[in-house]
Amino acid sequence: MSLTTTSIARLDGAIKTYGRLTALDGANLQIGRGELLALLGPNGAGKTTAIALLLGLIRADAGTVELFGRDPQQIEARRRIGVMLQNAVLPPTLRVGELLRLTASYYPSPRPLAETAELAGIGELLKRPYAKLSGGQQRSVQFALALCGRPELLFLDEPTVGMDIDARQKLWSAIRRLIAEGCAVLLTTHYLEEAEVLADRVCVMAHGRMIHEGTVDELRARVALKRIRCVTGTSIEKVRGWPDVAEARLDGERLHITTADAETVVRHLLGADAQLRELEVQRAGLAEAFTELTRDADEVSATDQREAA
Amino acid sequence: METVISVLASEPASMSRGRVFGAYLAEARSECVRYMRAPAFMLPIMLFPGLFYLVFGVLMVKSEGADAARYLLASYGVFGVMSPGLFGFGVSLALERDGGLLTFKRALPMPPGAYLLGKMLMAMCAAAVVILLLLALSRLAHVALLPTQAGALLLTGVLGVLPFCALGMFIGTVFKGQGAPGMLQLIYLPMSFLSGLWFPLPMLPKFLQQIAPIWPSYHLDKIAMAAVGLNNEPLLPHVLVLLGFAVGFLLLATRRLRRYG
Repeated sequence: MSLTTTSIARLDGAIKTYGRLTALDGANLQIGRGELLALLGPNGAGKTTAIALLLGLIRADAGTVELFGRDPQQIEARRRIGVMLQNAVLPPTLRVGELLRLTASYYPSPRPLAETAELAGIGELLKRPYAKLSGGQQRSVQFALALCGRPELLFLDEPTVGMDIDARQKLWSAIRRLIAEGCAVLLTTHYLEEAEVLADRVCVMAHGRMIHEGTVDELRARVALKRIRCVTGTSIEKVRGWPDVAEARLDGERLHITTADAETVVRHLLGADAQLRELEVQRAGLAEAFTELTRDADEVSATDQREAA
Repeated sequence: METVISVLASEPASMSRGRVFGAYLAEARSECVRYMRAPAFMLPIMLFPGLFYLVFGVLMVKSEGADAARYLLASYGVFGVMSPGLFGFGVSLALERDGGLLTFKRALPMPPGAYLLGKMLMAMCAAAVVILLLLALSRLAHVALLPTQAGALLLTGVLGVLPFCALGMFIGTVFKGQGAPGMLQLIYLPMSFLSGLWFPLPMLPKFLQQIAPIWPSYHLDKIAMAAVGLNNEPLLPHVLVLLGFAVGFLLLATRRLRRYG
């Protein structure tokens, strides 16, 4: 099968070490036009280093790093991206409108100020000094700065940290509008729900490498487990004794069961207790899949180290 | 088989010269505006040289006449000009390295050097404000300066801030965050004293007089004295020392910035 993809940003076998610490150990990543790729992984997995390479903030020790076919340290490449970093303290005395005008001045054909403000939902903040905004509003302004240059690729590093639910929903819908315009997004997030809602593809990192890449559904399918919740008189010891039950625990009066074969277990449950109520069956979310994947990677890495030793 | 076609520079995001110039201008404007609006930054810069000059140069020298006031105008002018360079550059760079703003700017397509150029212009503006303030105060002590002398002093201040910008920048690349202000005070105050900005050099011990030429502020003081008509020695050596000092620290600082960010 021949599959042709157009990648606008690419890591190929990228290696980066800090002293004895290997932050990236042959990382591969490709972002195509107009897609949203979520980069997931526990702290220390190498996400930040991967992004820093693509932004040209640091140089790789080995491997290829490309942004629009160029070295990211070339300004021409970066004129096509927008950036929202996890923590950047912006000048507190500048007004929001001034910050937007300044950032827009770096780009060849930026969005009009009003359009940027409308997209990011910060129209009423333009005259306010940055320091006077709430944490969530500051994040919204940082998002506005990221999109003001009409970028073709947007880097969003933990964009919704510190936002309330309403602001988060607004940001999500703004991201969808940008994608509809053809903008690609590289998103890192700790909220798996966010990746689930937005991402076309998910890339999971652990120990400086990509351990899984695929659609959200593919990632979920890697984990066949399902969750059952109910209130029942059947004792937890008895439930644990059934085959197919991977795990059972009590949370108050509610019984939580994890299993690969939900249908059989539900049949057992109903057979054992006719009074059973509040039955719920759920497929495992991205969170479980993610935990399982990274746990596997931890075990592999531990084995590797033992073998090496 | 997966084929990867990278998007080459198919549509070069070229930027007109006018827009690039506009970006430099916007950066410089933002730097100036943000600090002029920050009293915690501007007040100490204005207040210390202003107050010192008012007390020692205007009120206390009444008996000794306008010459002493003229002498102190130059040396407090130098004292006042050092601080926007050292603190404006050093403290803000140290804080912005710590707070992630510098990283953010480096990720953005900001034209190279715009960030430092903006800060430099800001320090020059602040230096001009300090000199103008001292010039205004000197009228109270009946210091009669020719317009050319006042202009020369202003120019000395505006350009003389640059070596201290370079020194501040270097300190700002060595210390991160809140460590820098303390370190800069440790440099600023002793250096001012040792180069004769507070008390005329002949009043200091012989040894301190001999080592005074190692301080850049000593050389700037010589030029400022010439500006107000109190020094007829050739100025070129002092200008060259200051230039070398500025270039040296600028190179050291840019190397550190490039290496450690």
